[in-house]
Amino acid sequence: MTALGFCDVRVSYNGTEAVQSFNDLLHSGEWLCLIGPNGAGKSSVLRAAAGLVSYTGSIAIDQTEIPATSARWRAQHIAYVPQSPLIPHDMNVHDYVLLGRNPYVGHFSSETKQDREIIHGVLERLDLIEFAQRRLGTLSGGELQRLVIARALAQEAPVLLLDEPTSALDIGHQQQALELVDKLRREQGLTVVSAMHDLTLAGMYADRLVLMHQGARVAEGSAREVLKPNILSEFYGVSARVHHEEDGTVVVIPQRTSTR
Amino acid sequence: MTSSTSTSASHNRYWFALAGALLFVAMIVGTMIGPAGPTWWRIPLEFANRLPFIHVNSGVSKADWNIVWLIRTPRVVLAAIVGSMLSVSGASYQGVFRNPLVDPYLLGVAAGAGLGATLVFAFQRGATENWIIDPLPLAAFIGALVAVLVTYVVGTAFGTTQSSTTLILAGVAVTSLATSIQAFILQRNTDVVRQVYSWILGRLSSATWGDVRLILPYVVLSTGVLLMHRRLLDLLRVGDDEASALGTNVRRVRLIVVLAATLGTSAVVAVSGLIGFVGIIVPHAVRLLAGASYRVVLPLSVLLGAAFLVFADIPSRVLANPAETPIGVVTAFFGAPFFLFLLRTRNSSK
Repeated sequence: MTALGFCDVRVSYNGTEAVQSFNDLLHSGEWLCLIGPNGAGKSSVLRAAAGLVSYTGSIAIDQTEIPATSARWRAQHIAYVPQSPLIPHDMNVHDYVLLGRNPYVGHFSSETKQDREIIHGVLERLDLIEFAQRRLGTLSGGELQRLVIARALAQEAPVLLLDEPTSALDIGHQQQALELVDKLRREQGLTVVSAMHDLTLAGMYADRLVLMHQGARVAEGSAREVLKPNILSEFYGVSARVHHEEDGTVVVIPQRTSTR
Repeated sequence: MTSSTSTSASHNRYWFALAGALLFVAMIVGTMIGPAGPTWWRIPLEFANRLPFIHVNSGVSKADWNIVWLIRTPRVVLAAIVGSMLSVSGASYQGVFRNPLVDPYLLGVAAGAGLGATLVFAFQRGATENWIIDPLPLAAFIGALVAVLVTYVVGTAFGTTQSSTTLILAGVAVTSLATSIQAFILQRNTDVVRQVYSWILGRLSSATWGDVRLILPYVVLSTGVLLMHRRLLDLLRVGDDEASALGTNVRRVRLIVVLAATLGTSAVVAVSGLIGFVGIIVPHAVRLLAGASYRVVLPLSVLLGAAFLVFADIPSRVLANPAETPIGVVTAFFGAPFFLFLLRTRNSSK
């Protein structure tokens, strides 16, 4: 079943086309990872789906086109984790995750008991329950990343968009965050679209990679198919070795070009 | 979870009870102090006597009671209304602009009202004495609304991004424009400078029940609308983008909050002049004491803002007795050191 569909999606800023006709169909529970150099249009695709930039074409969830005017409907179906979330340092963890229930709360009403129960469940599942009253300013980078994912889960949306979810984390927390997303996707059938710079990690977790360059899709497939030295050299301008592990992991190792 | 949320709920109840009690004490004390009138301790007794089913012999004469009921009480009530409105507007502005240094005069309310008032003073204030409606509050009110309207139209028309920076800059421009026109008019009419100056510093001395009735509908309406947005103001703390992605039309929320805060602020400025500092100090004091969530900050600002201005009005009556010390001077003189004290004790306790 198609969970998320992009049909001729184009994004332009002041006349410059940042995304040229993006088409894709994701089945439920699939993890698609957008890769590509800076400015390739990865974030713009995610921001279009999150309703943060205007686009032409259509984006559909379960074959229903997202209505352009309803931010609420969109937020009930798509949860978005930005690259660098704005963290209000004096807000506490419980209140922050509670913001994820916003798409279900009327303009002038407040959260119901059911909303609070859902938050409780999310906090428990992500091992954040003992942090509930902690202020965000006292949390570490890894804890904050988990918290932002918790807020996205509180939206109970079938689609999760992650913009550079690991760029600010150390290698251990990168692995933790991605394992968490992978586990949630398997348990709850979340459909995930992420933009990532770390090609090895991208290939390791995603079902499918799409390489973008100057707003266009230039390569697509499994890690084995996309992460090839000639492709990487052409679009990233990098000279890299690609190493294939026995378990199927594709490792991209940039090479030093200057003499030692 | 039940334990975690209930601790913060009972914590909040404690602050609300304290703020309510403080406001009550402030208002009672406010009616007890002033030149002329009955002995101070008799006044609460007389108030009690006038409640249904209670009879106390307070020994307050009819004439003395008139001083209390027609001069002091409206003044105290007006101070409470003005204080709460300025505080809750200040907190709301700080919320929608995500800027802690913003006050309710940000988008041109002060300059617009000042210009409106200056025009009335310059055009023969004496001639308007017999008018049925005093044009001064009306001119100030309209001046304030027009200034903010111009700011909003200009700010959103030229703003290509979703950011609120253009709006704030438009406010700065409109403020400068209105102030320069005001300065020009004053230059031409130097005889009214003193009156305009005293209006700008704010005053509650001439408060009547008529003033209270005049502004109450606006204040109730805009305070109500602002309080209903307290959850959404918390949402805006994560930024425009994330708030949109969480399903809220940020521009619409900002517009409604700015309109409501402007309407209420303009109304109170029209009768009390420009009382500075309240809109910044009270919301911040509340944040330092009870946390930064707007669900708490807004309602608590209503109560504490009212109490603060009623208390500030007392020295304004007694300091230079029988003359009045402008209330704006008192709020800044006592408010600023108190604020620094709060800031210091809070930061050292962390």
